[in-house]
Amino acid sequence: MNIESSPRKLVKGATGDWEIVVGLEVHAQVISNAKLFSGASTAFGGEPNSHVSLVDAAMPGMLPVVNEECVRQAIRTGLGLKASINLSSVFDRKNYFYPDLPQGYQISQYKNPIVGEGEVSVDVTATETIAVGIERLHLEQDAGKSLHDRNPATSFVDLNRSGVALMEIVTRPDIRSAEEAKAFVAKLRTILRYLGTCDGDMEKGSLRADVNVSVRRPGEPLGTRCEIKNVNSIRFIGQAIDAEARRQILILEDGGKIEQETRLFDPARGETRSMRTKEEAHDYRYFPDPDLLPLQFDEAYVAALAAALPELPDAKKARFIAQYGLSPYDADVLVGERAAADFFEDVVGGNGQPRDGKAAANWVINEFFGRLNREGGDIATAPISAAQIGGIIDLITEGEISGKMGKDLFDIVWTEGGDPRAIAKERGLTQMTDAAAIESVVDAVVAANPEKAAQAKAKPAMLGWFVGQVMKQTSGRANPQAVNAAIRAKLGT
Amino acid sequence: MAVDQATVRHIAHLARIAVSDGEIAGLQHELNAILSFVEELNEVDVSGIEPMTSVTPMRMKLRPDVVTDGGMTDAILANAPATEDHFFLVPKVVE
Repeated sequence: MNIESSPRKLVKGATGDWEIVVGLEVHAQVISNAKLFSGASTAFGGEPNSHVSLVDAAMPGMLPVVNEECVRQAIRTGLGLKASINLSSVFDRKNYFYPDLPQGYQISQYKNPIVGEGEVSVDVTATETIAVGIERLHLEQDAGKSLHDRNPATSFVDLNRSGVALMEIVTRPDIRSAEEAKAFVAKLRTILRYLGTCDGDMEKGSLRADVNVSVRRPGEPLGTRCEIKNVNSIRFIGQAIDAEARRQILILEDGGKIEQETRLFDPARGETRSMRTKEEAHDYRYFPDPDLLPLQFDEAYVAALAAALPELPDAKKARFIAQYGLSPYDADVLVGERAAADFFEDVVGGNGQPRDGKAAANWVINEFFGRLNREGGDIATAPISAAQIGGIIDLITEGEISGKMGKDLFDIVWTEGGDPRAIAKERGLTQMTDAAAIESVVDAVVAANPEKAAQAKAKPAMLGWFVGQVMKQTSGRANPQAVNAAIRAKLGT
Repeated sequence: MAVDQATVRHIAHLARIAVSDGEIAGLQHELNAILSFVEELNEVDVSGIEPMTSVTPMRMKLRPDVVTDGGMTDAILANAPATEDHFFLVPKVVE
């Protein structure tokens, strides 16, 4: 395979530049109630071996029956990745021996996956967008879980995960740096969460990646790759790529050769190490599972699923920019989570008459998300609603309160709750906008400080001191622009 | 196609079946007999014919996404040689 080289991300070695080439195999756990081929529950964290049917335990004579929801979710994911959907696909047996694989094989899809080629657009930085090709997506069973640390002589096996549906999503080697890989996985996770096909919870293992890394001189054919298995956080994916690329560059610059092998990333030491697998580990002897017929559905079924897809992040971002005049950066922050985007839209248009998009975005991102981050919490359980934030924005827009008062009001509503307008009224949080009233305060301050007034006439920087005094006299209620204007008029600068 | 003795040992290992040296030659003979029997099928010209996946033309049945099974830990573990806290116990599989 000859993949185009790009000068965009070169790494300096001792003997010149190197290019990192990365492809990913992401395993995403399908959101479904029951397992891929049995009626046992997929719920996380049950008692050991309680979510296990005789099919999952591979008891003799048990037959798999495919779960239609898992098929539906795989097709919807394929559509979200702008990929071709294969109306006929085949389940194969991937044979290998491991204690947490009771069948002795994993039911997977080999030559004929349910989803073919697609593409994901990834914003790496504010100004750089790359396209990452998707080679395929296939359905397969998860294995059970082995615990090796409970006893020195034995491993403990729990089959609750055995048979849960996974989507394996394979990219083309289109990724050129750790940053690009991290941005891709973050974007993929966002798409999956929008679709509701995978919860993307990497801590629980719902999303994990095998990372293929190789290095080459720019423009040369692809180098030999190593596969880093089961990396389970976005940060570790980045660290694993950098560590593995450094290791390979050192070997090559020393005149050595890269052995194609499977490696593990050790986050504590920040390095990858060989898994020392047996030489025939990859002899999977795939063949079509004789217990299952080909998986077939028609165009109309796919079209109906496509029509019912939610608005995905790319489309939502473009719409936020066009409809609300947001900056690409703000739009990006808001569409990162569907709940965040929905909350913003509730703030901006919740009462039927649209509010200013930029103001709404600022309030949601800076005040609301900022507070959520500081206090730890999520949108669903936050103590302030979109309607309440909208109410604060309205008071500012109407000139009833200043931006500073708005922030105070936000704090009150956050901690005590209540209707922003009523609170503003009760607590005298109203802005003094009456020009005559402001003028009289300005007059008083100027009269009380004749020397400073004289100085200010010569030195306009002194005007700020007067603004401060007037704000103090009015307990911060005076409209700052009006105060500024009145002082300038009075002191004639 | 014919298998040699190394292939026989390899297949036995992949299947985790213990085969003694004395059995290898006999197994090799049996496997090759099976292979040559199946190879007779190569005489049939199947170019342009879709592979048959079922003797009757039928679509695969799918099941609704409903939890109908599980919650039988004792039955699942009944045949296990060793268990603890409802886990299967197996010889240590990592160094």
